[in-house]
Amino acid sequence: MWEQIRSNQVRSVILIALIAGLLLAVGYFLGLYFFDSAVGGLVIALVVWAIMSLIAFYQGDSILLGMAKARKIKSDDAPRLYNVVEEMKIASGLEKMPDIYIIDDPALNAFATGRDPSRASVAITTGLLQKLSRDELQGVIGHEIAHIKNRDVLLMAITSVMLGTIVILSWYASRFLLFGAMTGSGRRTSSRGGGGGAQAIILIVGLVLMILAPILAQLIYYAISRKREYLADASSALYTRYPEGLASALEKIGGSTRQLKSANQATAPMYTVNPFRKEGMKAADLTSTHPPISERVRILRSMAGGASLADYNDAYRKVRSGKQGIISKNAAAAVGAVGIRQASLSVPGELGLAPGKAAGKAAPGTHDASDIMLRLDKWRTVDCECGARWKIPPGFRENNILCTRCGRRIRL
Amino acid sequence: MLALWIVLGIVVILILFIIGAYNGLVGFRNQVKNAWAQIDVQLKRRYDLIPNLVETVKGYVKHERETLEAVTNARNLAQKASSAGAAERGKLEGALGAALGRLLAVAEAYPDLKANQNFLALQEELTSTENKISFSRQYYNDSVLKFNNKIQMFPSNVIAGMFSFKIGEFFEVTVAAEKEPPKVSFT
Repeated sequence: MWEQIRSNQVRSVILIALIAGLLLAVGYFLGLYFFDSAVGGLVIALVVWAIMSLIAFYQGDSILLGMAKARKIKSDDAPRLYNVVEEMKIASGLEKMPDIYIIDDPALNAFATGRDPSRASVAITTGLLQKLSRDELQGVIGHEIAHIKNRDVLLMAITSVMLGTIVILSWYASRFLLFGAMTGSGRRTSSRGGGGGAQAIILIVGLVLMILAPILAQLIYYAISRKREYLADASSALYTRYPEGLASALEKIGGSTRQLKSANQATAPMYTVNPFRKEGMKAADLTSTHPPISERVRILRSMAGGASLADYNDAYRKVRSGKQGIISKNAAAAVGAVGIRQASLSVPGELGLAPGKAAGKAAPGTHDASDIMLRLDKWRTVDCECGARWKIPPGFRENNILCTRCGRRIRL
Repeated sequence: MLALWIVLGIVVILILFIIGAYNGLVGFRNQVKNAWAQIDVQLKRRYDLIPNLVETVKGYVKHERETLEAVTNARNLAQKASSAGAAERGKLEGALGAALGRLLAVAEAYPDLKANQNFLALQEELTSTENKISFSRQYYNDSVLKFNNKIQMFPSNVIAGMFSFKIGEFFEVTVAAEKEPPKVSFT
């Protein structure tokens, strides 16, 4: 089933090669200026990159979780969250159960981390946990598990480390160059003596590269990140067989403009939605780690025929009105038809969170209150002749439901 | 001399291909086995949860003895057949799922029961177990599809024939009631 992911991988590898090329170019010019040999600069660039990579590889996830102030939970602390993660682990065929973390923050977001599928973690904010229904939570967790399964975490770690190296090197290099040019006492001029014109050209080319490299690298980085987001959405729809769950979760998240306190630029691509997003972001925004939410929702909602990657691909092309899909045509056709399941009926909130924190106890009167809350959320209620009242989620498209109490079909 | 090298080269390539295809098939077969084991774990979990559920519900619902008995019977039947093939088990597990759905629906009419923390926790566990069963079935069927494709498509079908790999059996739920999962309101 994962051939299609692999064909997408090729494109990602090309983009990574581009960033790596930039890194080498920066090192090359660095060497020319400061050591009179390109090799010296290349070595420095590679050493800095290697050190940062090692840190990211072995400490990356604990640094990330530490910065987000996430705390690890066990199945008793939040049974529904734990169950949903386990469901998605099973649906994706992940070998090991990922660790689960909760971030005490009213903002609505979630992220995944871990260098390989066997030592992965997912983290979710308390705000999101309380806002989402079971189906929606499933969609979000499916998205995060897809990041793990598609190895996006590793991919983004590699690219962000290269990006960081480029930024650091070119920042220092350009400062030294400017400083040297101003005082006229650069090591370069003293050792070579004359050689005017060619030197000046190299100096200018190098300076321009030093300034442009970080920007270019960042744009490439964003491009990779956005591609992987679409892919994770597609995989989530495939795992849950229910694109509407993720779509309505994204809508809820999009409705809130509260920014996550503990996020920063480096960790942004790991989240479900861009933690720095502002209102009215444009579709073709090149400087964003995530595609616009409205577009992601539209694609998910246009998946008419089924929940397979091919269906997502068609919806993607329709919404973006472009020829190119997110996965290659042959790969998309390789899987058979995949149906969409029906909505399950459940209410937002984690039952297992400490009482009082969420919908822990059904105190008298909360039944009516929750009905009103649901109706505000565009849920409908329908009464059966036998007296049972059914609550229908907004995405439910069938024109009748089966009353399991008495076995009648109720028309909507 | 040259011809000998060419023949030798072809033989080496052929052997490498056979090794690769054989290992690939074994890998897929193991994935199918593993996916089946996953379903088994979840079905067992459901068998374990049911006596608890019945015990909890019994005290509250006085007039639903038949529904409770149907669940217990369906559970025992399904458990007895736990070493049968995928098709046979699919039928029995489908019946059990339907009986459980009816019980959870009946519980809706008893407010005292629904205020019981123990019942609420069991309900979440059961909902999740139902989901896990269907997700592991989903993954199992995907794995079987991949495995069967490998067995039937050229050129790996030649190797599959040589070592007599048998195509996998899909896990289909045959009871109509299970295909349409019971819609239960959990408020």
